[in-house]
Amino acid sequence: MDLKTLCELRGLSGREDAVRKAVYDVCVEKLGKENVSFDGNGSVIAVRKATDKALPRVMLAAHMDEVGLVAISATDEGLINVRTIGSVDPRVLLSKRVTVGYGDDAVPGVIGYPPIHLQSQEDYKAAPKLDKLTVDIGAKDKAEAEGKAPKGTHISFDTKYTDFGDGFVCAKALDDRVGVFNLLRLLDAPYGGELIFAFTAQEEVGLRGAYAAGYRAQPDIGIALEGTSANDLGDTPDQFKVCIPGQGPCVSFMDHSSIADHELFKLVLKAGEAENVPHQIKKFIAGGNDAGAIQRAGAGAKTVVISVPCRNIHSPASVCCLKDVDNQLALAKATLKHLMKG
Amino acid sequence: MKELIKQLTAVYGPSGREHSVADVIESLVKDKADSVRRDALGNLICEIKGTQDKRLMFAAHMDHIGLIVTHAEKEGWLRVHNVGGINLNNSRTRRVKFANGVEGVLCEQALKENEKSALTTLYIDIGAKDEAEALSMVDIGDIAVYAEPAFDVGKNRVCSPAVDDRCACALLIKLLNNLPEKRPTIVAVFTSQEEVGLRGATVSAYSVQPDEGIALDVTIASDTPELKINAVKLGEGPAVKIKDTRSISNPGVVKRMIDAAKAAGVPYQREVLPWGGTDAGAMQLSRGGVPVGTLSIPCRYVHSACEMVDMGDMDKALKLLIEYVRV
Repeated sequence: MDLKTLCELRGLSGREDAVRKAVYDVCVEKLGKENVSFDGNGSVIAVRKATDKALPRVMLAAHMDEVGLVAISATDEGLINVRTIGSVDPRVLLSKRVTVGYGDDAVPGVIGYPPIHLQSQEDYKAAPKLDKLTVDIGAKDKAEAEGKAPKGTHISFDTKYTDFGDGFVCAKALDDRVGVFNLLRLLDAPYGGELIFAFTAQEEVGLRGAYAAGYRAQPDIGIALEGTSANDLGDTPDQFKVCIPGQGPCVSFMDHSSIADHELFKLVLKAGEAENVPHQIKKFIAGGNDAGAIQRAGAGAKTVVISVPCRNIHSPASVCCLKDVDNQLALAKATLKHLMKG
Repeated sequence: MKELIKQLTAVYGPSGREHSVADVIESLVKDKADSVRRDALGNLICEIKGTQDKRLMFAAHMDHIGLIVTHAEKEGWLRVHNVGGINLNNSRTRRVKFANGVEGVLCEQALKENEKSALTTLYIDIGAKDEAEALSMVDIGDIAVYAEPAFDVGKNRVCSPAVDDRCACALLIKLLNNLPEKRPTIVAVFTSQEEVGLRGATVSAYSVQPDEGIALDVTIASDTPELKINAVKLGEGPAVKIKDTRSISNPGVVKRMIDAAKAAGVPYQREVLPWGGTDAGAMQLSRGGVPVGTLSIPCRYVHSACEMVDMGDMDKALKLLIEYVRV
């Protein structure tokens, strides 16, 4: 399963179906049907049994869902009012192409905004509010709009995966299809302890899938593979850059959802150095991820996060460096190797 | 008790880095406990069998607030983010220290016109001439804490950073050393990561499976000029928590705490805190739910380098707790 295919699959929080099916098929092929299951949230849990039971049980987690919009009503003119699923800045939505609905029922749409000629000075200066944005699917009236996009219909970014510059890619949903991509590549990673691969649902709306996955599996260690925000462009002062694409995956010591286990954090850094895997420390406290849930599910687990720096995260056009994606995989493998050394 | 508080507040231990505190506490309680263990989040869990099957969990948190290094600038300044509730007004030109003994000054940069104070306007000066020297002294991800040593104030009061909540750790240690013969099974949990969201108590309550949970923590004493947060005063006895934003105390627990105060012959105060929470909030929501309460130690200047408690309140809290666990 390649990264392009995964990024172009559409699956907002709670409707991860397409990603789930793709992930499930690969897991079954590699680990056998008896070792792959779904839970009530729709997370996919694949288990690889231990050959050495003395080693820690490790949960590797990546979330399947992506951010986007949901239809809440239609106007008399046939435009669709929306709210966000997960955090989305309205400013990244203007004049974007979207896909409304899933599967055979899906229709193309565009997020309209009054042209510059018609904006007042105040409109022009102010950031648009979400309740002023609508999705146009070419419907002639409310009835047609509600027929094609009933309340609750998911609306996702319509962006093709594109190679970009020297070794970069531009795509939607890099957060967290990069993690899903690498989690699938880790199914046969060398490690003697039990591995629990958690492809989680509903991370973007509050780590919901990971709470249940962590509770059920009760791992000793949780490692979240993520995409994280890079803010390295323009005249951003160094202290706000967070991380820099191309300089390796980030290791987080803390974010808003968890403080990494300090020994585990140091072990990941040591493993990266020992195995010559480029990596960087995430230099800002922002965001949260499945580690926060896995850490506190049931009796608790030691956690750490390894993430790929992504520019324009939570937008239709995120950018990341493919070398960082490969090095996220390499750093996860190096970490497992060093966990075996104890 | 005062010496124990001073001993405990001198130990480095911000949220996520509580192991040194746990080491000291373990050395002080291991002879009293039937079992002592630590879990994935660094909670120290000490169980003492009782004459009753009931399992009573006490939670006193080991961690305190700090500032975590996120970035070293070319000039050697360390940029930081808060670990727990850092108050900017308590953080300007403060002596701070790291786990490895490196000390520095927490400062605020000169603000431009209309620029607002924020965590991002703070930095730590550790006397490094440049980024390389700074990073040879501390690592990104290291945590600084207020460095003030504990000191006596007046006849019977003590000030220090980390009084929130090491004073309650001291109280719990003293309780374990003064348990009545007839009592429930006591599980004393010295918790981690309370200041960042009751995280240690969340997982330890799950594994301990108590029948009842009592948090021991400080509360704000509103007896200083113009402060009107609650009706709690320093020196007028421990406070029985009725409610804060994370838990409503079980009425039965509240009643038995008040009965215990009366039995012990000590004054008590009733506490309603309009914001904040204690480990009781996490214990309450564990598994199928747990009746909880909090016994609070009145404290002035909470989350500053000079958190002040009254030793009379501490002694009275201990007497109250001994009666509370007596069957």
